[in-house]
Amino acid sequence: MQSGVTLVDRYIIQDVIGVGGMGSVYRARDLHFPNVVKLVAVKEMINRVPDALVRKTIVQNFEREANMLATLNHPAIPRIYDYFTQNDRSYLVLEFIHGKDLETVISEANGFLPEDQVIRWAIELCDVLAYLHGHKPDPIIFRDMKPSNVMINHNGDVVLVDFGIAKTFQSGQKGTMIGTEGYSPPEQYRGEATPLADIYSMGATLHHAVTHRDPRLEPPFSFGERPVRRINSNISVEFEAVVDKALQYDPADRFPSASAMKGALMKVARKTGALASSITSGLPVSTGEIKPLWTFKCEDEIRGTPLLYQGSLFIGCYDNNLYALNAADGQFQWKYPTDGGIVSRPLVYDGNIFFCSEDRRLHVVGARTGKVVWTYFSEGKIYSSPRFSDGHIFFGSDDQDLHAVNVNSGRAIWKFSTDAPIHSTPLVANEMIYFGTESGAMYAIDFRGEMKWRFQAKRSITSSPIHKGQAVYSASLDGTLFALDAKNGWAIWKFRLGKGSVSSPAIAEDLIFIGAADGFIYCVDLRTAREVWRFRTDNQVSSSPVVYKDSIYCGSVDGSMYCLEYRTGRLRWKFGSQAAITGSPIVLDDMVYFGSTDHNVYALSA
Amino acid sequence: MADFFRKLIGSKEEPAKQKQSNAVITAPLSDHQINAIITNQNFTYEVKQLVAAVGQSVGKQREHNEDSVLALTSTVSGSADNVPFGLYIVADGMGGHQFGEVASNAAIRIMAGNITKRFHSYLYNLPTQSLQISLQEVMESSVMEAHQYVQREAPGSGTTLTAALVLGQQMTIAHVGDSRAYSIHPDGSIVPITRDHSLVKRLEELGHLNKYEAENFPHRNVLIRALGQGESLEADIFTVPFPNNGYLMICSDGLWGVISESDIFRIISQAPTLHRACGNLVEAANAAGGPDNISVILAQLIG
Repeated sequence: MQSGVTLVDRYIIQDVIGVGGMGSVYRARDLHFPNVVKLVAVKEMINRVPDALVRKTIVQNFEREANMLATLNHPAIPRIYDYFTQNDRSYLVLEFIHGKDLETVISEANGFLPEDQVIRWAIELCDVLAYLHGHKPDPIIFRDMKPSNVMINHNGDVVLVDFGIAKTFQSGQKGTMIGTEGYSPPEQYRGEATPLADIYSMGATLHHAVTHRDPRLEPPFSFGERPVRRINSNISVEFEAVVDKALQYDPADRFPSASAMKGALMKVARKTGALASSITSGLPVSTGEIKPLWTFKCEDEIRGTPLLYQGSLFIGCYDNNLYALNAADGQFQWKYPTDGGIVSRPLVYDGNIFFCSEDRRLHVVGARTGKVVWTYFSEGKIYSSPRFSDGHIFFGSDDQDLHAVNVNSGRAIWKFSTDAPIHSTPLVANEMIYFGTESGAMYAIDFRGEMKWRFQAKRSITSSPIHKGQAVYSASLDGTLFALDAKNGWAIWKFRLGKGSVSSPAIAEDLIFIGAADGFIYCVDLRTAREVWRFRTDNQVSSSPVVYKDSIYCGSVDGSMYCLEYRTGRLRWKFGSQAAITGSPIVLDDMVYFGSTDHNVYALSA
Repeated sequence: MADFFRKLIGSKEEPAKQKQSNAVITAPLSDHQINAIITNQNFTYEVKQLVAAVGQSVGKQREHNEDSVLALTSTVSGSADNVPFGLYIVADGMGGHQFGEVASNAAIRIMAGNITKRFHSYLYNLPTQSLQISLQEVMESSVMEAHQYVQREAPGSGTTLTAALVLGQQMTIAHVGDSRAYSIHPDGSIVPITRDHSLVKRLEELGHLNKYEAENFPHRNVLIRALGQGESLEADIFTVPFPNNGYLMICSDGLWGVISESDIFRIISQAPTLHRACGNLVEAANAAGGPDNISVILAQLIG
């Protein structure tokens, strides 16, 4: 319904405040009170079922809910004012609760909710459950206790909402699945609903409130695998014990009634309540000073990635030189001048170093001597790194061509023309060459330079592709990390990053890692494209993560090099340089080497 | 120079004789020669071809068939490209008022309608632009649409849904409930690629039930996730390679709950065709009592 619509000449709709399985809930103004603004909640149920008999049953269910609610009188249950049915829609008019639902409170909270606060709400919830379970002639089972059905009103007190599925309990009645996965106890899936089921859901709700772990996102009945205090050590042992008991798998092991649970909570409150629990910052920060083993200062920014070969570290710099340093102590060995900045990562083949420069050339220089072997000219600046395969060097250029150059003769065997500069580094796999362009295309071409397929992203693909199995992975400035079928270029999945990415992904086991301009390093499951974790740095991440042992290493524009445990994203250490780190590290023999735009090359212990 | 040409075209003096000997060479090959050529050739299909077959039965103890099956196979091949495309879905409905069959049937139709609508122009026209939405997103949005439809049109009912979208040599699976997809490998290994969303499976995983207790659990058919049930639905969606030289099998619990994996493999490997294999699987489930509706799809990539 649009706002402004008037129902039965009385309720003028203002806004949608919730969307449920069968229809929406609106905030409306009751026009019978012209001198004051009296707000009500209008719950709408749309009935589009074709079968007349079923449709009638649904209306009856609705009216039963209304009648049942009307007989209840408790401060934590909204009052019912009216109900009516119009055509295919039925409406329930209820007390409007000023406030927020507990789910919103939990997700908006900065850190964990204080235990005292949660205990106070828990006691109120036990009160209202005890009231419902004590209903005559039959107990009322709420059946859907969860944070989104608990409102916290403007006084900070709880109100239970959405009685849509609360059913008068009739012993032995079987039902299909009712309730919400994650919050419902095992027996509820079997169609059994007793007051003890509400106790379980209450435990699940409290567990969610103090741990911030949404049980809908966890396997059902797995609370035992994540005890409260392991996640939030500020919670008292006593309170954890209450939550634990409510969540017992066997109903007989739970509190026998809501009143019994309330009693246990009161006891905890008396024991801990007087004490204002001081909140300690929960996260250990491991920024102990890390001393580099050596540093080497160049004359301009370093934005590229080094190469390690036979004890020497080779790295390009924006002072136009390629440097050769002793990897053990950072001693200068030689430098080779070009006529442009060097961002391209060097490559070694047969004792020669291959690298590209903004001076449009692919340079080949002897690794020991630093003397030129040959050079190859393209017609544009080169940011792409060379890739060697089957006797040829492949790289892209701002002249919009992918060049294939014979490694011995230095002659082009072919060029593949695209419609945009190529900054991404080609991947050679499955006898195909994959690379992205600044116009957002990803090409797959064969060794003869013929196109096999092309995929189009919305913005440029600067990120260099990698592959595993039958898929090729890359990212675009349009903010997606994607998996393409290596054979035909179909997008298998896309994962939405907060912002675009120029970082190249890395893979370990079934996990893929990538940085993005929103400052996060992401870890995503390769098969399902679901996020496993994300780690926030303080600026864009243009650097590409590198996997070494059980860690990933990645730089950030915030100036730091990060070492994270790759399965969890937990920070192991970080090292601050004086300026942005946009290049990627190399990690070998427990050493990390990288350059920074502060002009320095660093060597750290991994 | 003259020597070179002589070498190249052979003796200059006897061109007529040369022709004659050529004529002898073009005589039909003997069977023996043909067989020798064939065995020397590594015989491969140029084109990867997807083939599939379906078997279904109401079973011996149910009045209604609440299972629904959909199989769609197409091969588009030419000089440029060869894209086998297949969509295979099994849905096992539940719920009163015969809504189970409404739910499962609506689910497969909506899934398939959505997916073919997305892929139609890419498969059968000449697309100028690649598909902007990923395969997993196509599957996810199709499941959601089916979910909402079932909630709206058949409230109270629900259905399992196990769908495989085969494109090239990968398959993207969408899965809710306790129907199953298996990779069947030539060595006889049968690997389930889906995980049941059932109470019994969950309890087994948690260690509340051992294998024996699980087999005799009274509420074996209670699902903890089903299409059409619950406000939010999270289907398992993932992409795996199509089993190399093997089969994809999707079936309802009327098959996997009734005959053993080793019997399944034996029946498939002994049948001369996929169609016969499906027929024999259904027959075996019925012979074992046919307690529930039986549905099975078998697919194979040849070439």
